[in-house]
Amino acid sequence: MPYIPNTPEEQQQMLKSLGMSKLAELFADIPDHLQLKRPLDLPEPLAEHQLLRYMGQLAEKNVNLDRCISFLGAGAYDHIVPAVVSHIINRGEFLTAYTPYQAEVSQGVLQSIFEFQTLIANLTNMEAANASMYDGATALAEAALMSCNVTNRRKVAAAANLDPRWLEILQVYLESQNIELINIAYDPVTGLVDLEAVEPKLGAELACMIVSQPSFFGSVDDVDRVAQWIKSYQGLLVMAVDPISLGILKAPGEYGADIVVGDAGCLGNPISFGGPSVGFFAVTGMKLIRRMPGRIVGQTTDRDGNIGYVLTLQAREQHIRREKATSNICTNQALNALTATIYLALLGPQGIKQVAYQCLQKTAYLRRKLEAAGFKLRFNAPVFKEFVIQADWDWEEINQRLLEHGYLGGFPLKLADPNLSDCTLIAVTEARTKAEMDRFVDLLRGWR
Amino acid sequence: MEVRKGLLYSKDHEWVQEVSESVVRVGISAYAQDQLGDIVYIELPEIDAEVAKGESFTVVESVKAASDVFSPVSGKIVAVNEKLEDSPELINESPYDEGWIIEVKSDELELSDLMTAEEYARYIEEV
Amino acid sequence: MLLLDLSVPGRQGYALPKLDVEETPIEELIPETYLRKSELGLPELTEPEVVRYFTQLSRKNHGVDVGFYPLGSCTMKYNPRVNENIAAMPGFSRIHPRQPENTVQGALQLMYELDRYLAEIAGLAKTSLQPAAGAHGELTGLLIIKAYHEFNGEAEQRREIIIPDSAHGTNPASAQMAGFIAREISSDPRGGVDVEALRAMVGPQTAGLMLTNPNTLGLFDENIETIAKIIHDAGGLLYYDGANANAILGIVRPGDTGFDIVHFNLHKTFSTPHGGGGPGSGPIVVSNKLVDFLPDPIVEYTDGRYHLARPKHSIGPVKAFYGNFGVMVKAYAYIRHLGAEGLRAVSENAVLNANYVLNQLKQDYHLPYDRLCMHEFVLSGKWQKELGVSTLDIAKRLLDYGVHAPTIYFPLIVEEAIMVEPTETESKATLDAFIEAMQNIAEEVRTNPERIKSAPCQTPVKRLDETKAARSPVLTRKL
Repeated sequence: MPYIPNTPEEQQQMLKSLGMSKLAELFADIPDHLQLKRPLDLPEPLAEHQLLRYMGQLAEKNVNLDRCISFLGAGAYDHIVPAVVSHIINRGEFLTAYTPYQAEVSQGVLQSIFEFQTLIANLTNMEAANASMYDGATALAEAALMSCNVTNRRKVAAAANLDPRWLEILQVYLESQNIELINIAYDPVTGLVDLEAVEPKLGAELACMIVSQPSFFGSVDDVDRVAQWIKSYQGLLVMAVDPISLGILKAPGEYGADIVVGDAGCLGNPISFGGPSVGFFAVTGMKLIRRMPGRIVGQTTDRDGNIGYVLTLQAREQHIRREKATSNICTNQALNALTATIYLALLGPQGIKQVAYQCLQKTAYLRRKLEAAGFKLRFNAPVFKEFVIQADWDWEEINQRLLEHGYLGGFPLKLADPNLSDCTLIAVTEARTKAEMDRFVDLLRGWR
Repeated sequence: MEVRKGLLYSKDHEWVQEVSESVVRVGISAYAQDQLGDIVYIELPEIDAEVAKGESFTVVESVKAASDVFSPVSGKIVAVNEKLEDSPELINESPYDEGWIIEVKSDELELSDLMTAEEYARYIEEV
Repeated sequence: MLLLDLSVPGRQGYALPKLDVEETPIEELIPETYLRKSELGLPELTEPEVVRYFTQLSRKNHGVDVGFYPLGSCTMKYNPRVNENIAAMPGFSRIHPRQPENTVQGALQLMYELDRYLAEIAGLAKTSLQPAAGAHGELTGLLIIKAYHEFNGEAEQRREIIIPDSAHGTNPASAQMAGFIAREISSDPRGGVDVEALRAMVGPQTAGLMLTNPNTLGLFDENIETIAKIIHDAGGLLYYDGANANAILGIVRPGDTGFDIVHFNLHKTFSTPHGGGGPGSGPIVVSNKLVDFLPDPIVEYTDGRYHLARPKHSIGPVKAFYGNFGVMVKAYAYIRHLGAEGLRAVSENAVLNANYVLNQLKQDYHLPYDRLCMHEFVLSGKWQKELGVSTLDIAKRLLDYGVHAPTIYFPLIVEEAIMVEPTETESKATLDAFIEAMQNIAEEVRTNPERIKSAPCQTPVKRLDETKAARSPVLTRKL
């Protein structure tokens, strides 16, 4: 057994020290009739060499993004990942540690989380951030629950142009606590939140208003009007943002957001079939900081006066507050947060601006070309890195045809919204080239 | 641990000081703050909030614990010690003076079931 | 020094390909008022500087690769590196969650088979791989319990989840999040659930019981069948917190002992790296009668192909996409590598190692429950406390020996608790060194307590002031 050091002789020595002769005696507390009397029904073990071959074959059954050109987004994106990231996160000291319970031997993880908190807070222009959440969707659900706790209100409003999957998850979390979720319709022409659609008397009952920037459809909104609206009712403004977009778009802090969440998987993490990703959670104001879910790292000093880092404000958390905790979250996504931190450190302000700028310009280019090729743009609002086109097509079938040419097409919106059954959501990242886009347009044009 | 003479005490380790006929000041005992360790935060209740005898009106947090503070009387909160907002350590350093938490007003204060200092001193001996 | 302290204007650690499309003036694309005005507040560094900064940071961190890490309830076992290679294969790491199903048959097959393996190990019917961590699995399981009672028209009355006083804090926190009332049940003198108290507590209000078995004391609850009967007779369901499953692989299956829902922590039992606090993965396995309530989606296999499906009465999704797939790949590879025999050996050696250490330490430390333990055990530092040395001090002193401290002050029912989980991947020599360190410390408590109270002294920083951190929180580097 390559991972179990005990030799049969050592096992015997150890058993003897316990007054035993057989391993089975160790399990005497388990009633005999409950013990499994047969081997588990699992496939025969594979030696490492065989395992690598077998897993390689399994991996080959998937069409991966190195083998095709992707215009698929809808919550997960083919962004460029610098090669050095994986080398750093595979350092055993990071990879094989756990939550930094013993601060004196965990300064590496603690300081890296402090860096993550700092960079996320700066990027979102908020006062503080926590150590990470599972993903953007669950971070959003926690933000809604926290809003209710802080405001003592039991209704949450969310723009219907949010990722429909995130809305579903939000519904699951809120419903369990009997909190009402109100979907605010989007304008069918712009795809933006339609505040006119909200009953005015509802405002004063809302714990928060959730807006997505950009929206699921890629559109960019004037969040100022939403901010003013919800603030006039003393509700909180919760923003779900794409962190890459913040290289160009106005930061949530500049809009006066109270809570900002999002998915930082796009910051250097492999796409990995949608997980592990990492959610972030940022707030402004000490009152909200003390109600945040999850781990938080703070700076302090040791007994010699040297700067060091510890887990702090722990009295909010489940291991102390139990059923009164701000959340049940324990293990989060530390290594993915470290990945995001390394990515942000490598790219820096200029790099993040460039990634955002390239997404914006390339998206604009493809959008223009498709429009010129006769495809209708479904919404007319400005967009960042995604947009919706419309054609009298079955887009799932089109995607199968695109695959034959090495393209992964957009997300057919019939899978998400019956009102958009003839639409597809196209994503363009900095990884796409002009030649790839030109050919993509040629293919689609040819099939019209 | 000091048990301040002249105050009344609850079984949950709060002290009560009569400020006037209808107003009492409330804090936690020296014994209680010692059990909690270094207090790092207290969420102050709002003035005018109603409190009920035996019910929690706030939570004090130390590094590794969070404990409810139970009101020893029923009534309305008429003052909170705002200094605790920035200096929660006053509860550790001066539990009976600068570390007071709230003042409660009621026309029918029920104090008869609270312990005297001597009774409380015996009570914490036994705990 | 933090990243921003090292920043030099004009540096950049990664160069993007040149923009190859004709540019449109930005104000034609995005209205000026929507554009960012504030600084990004990110550091400007080159790649070598970034590498050196993080490498230096890593050297200030203990990990399983560095030394013994007997952190109770966390199963800090060795993480096989081959699994990292596998998870990084482009066929796993570079696939998009919304690709057409016919382009991800390998991924779906892996998820389906992992579902089958976990169901076999749990002795139950069907798995959801969606929860991201143990606590997330708990919440998911509780939502299923709620949906089940709702389906039976009993959700209004069945509001209580019973949880032992020895349970992880996540249990009551998850119960609250799922909208239940957490009721605490006491432990009996042998460390198990107090069966008589349980009998008195159950009724038409009971939704279910959450239990860790072996429990957080490292003890197998021998009354599990009685407990299961009491809960089932009352109309409730049994939830198994799988934090301690490293003790039972191929030995006993939770489903066979009466549990209806099990969560596993793939990052504990199935050796995926803990990553400094995640990513984890907390799949849940349920019995036949609960399959229809599983989160959306599950993986099914029909007509020779794998596909995603929404169960008939699904509670809905609890996470974006399908869960922490990259973690699933590693756990799957681990199970395929070890097979049935290997997994059983894992548990046998984990339990052997724990009992071996326990037996050598019970002379020097109080053992509140003196019986066979499973994969971990709980000592009390109360003898040392009487001499003025706390469990915290002992933990800090252990750091000077190059050992990560055990879990401390948990479970809450043991005074000055020290919870030790050696795992199966540690050698007898490592265990002997730990035993000796603990014995030395016990001796030091008697002879030189001040030394322990000033520990650690061999670590990158000395003992840190947690009170200061919490009283005046500094949570980011100010610009």
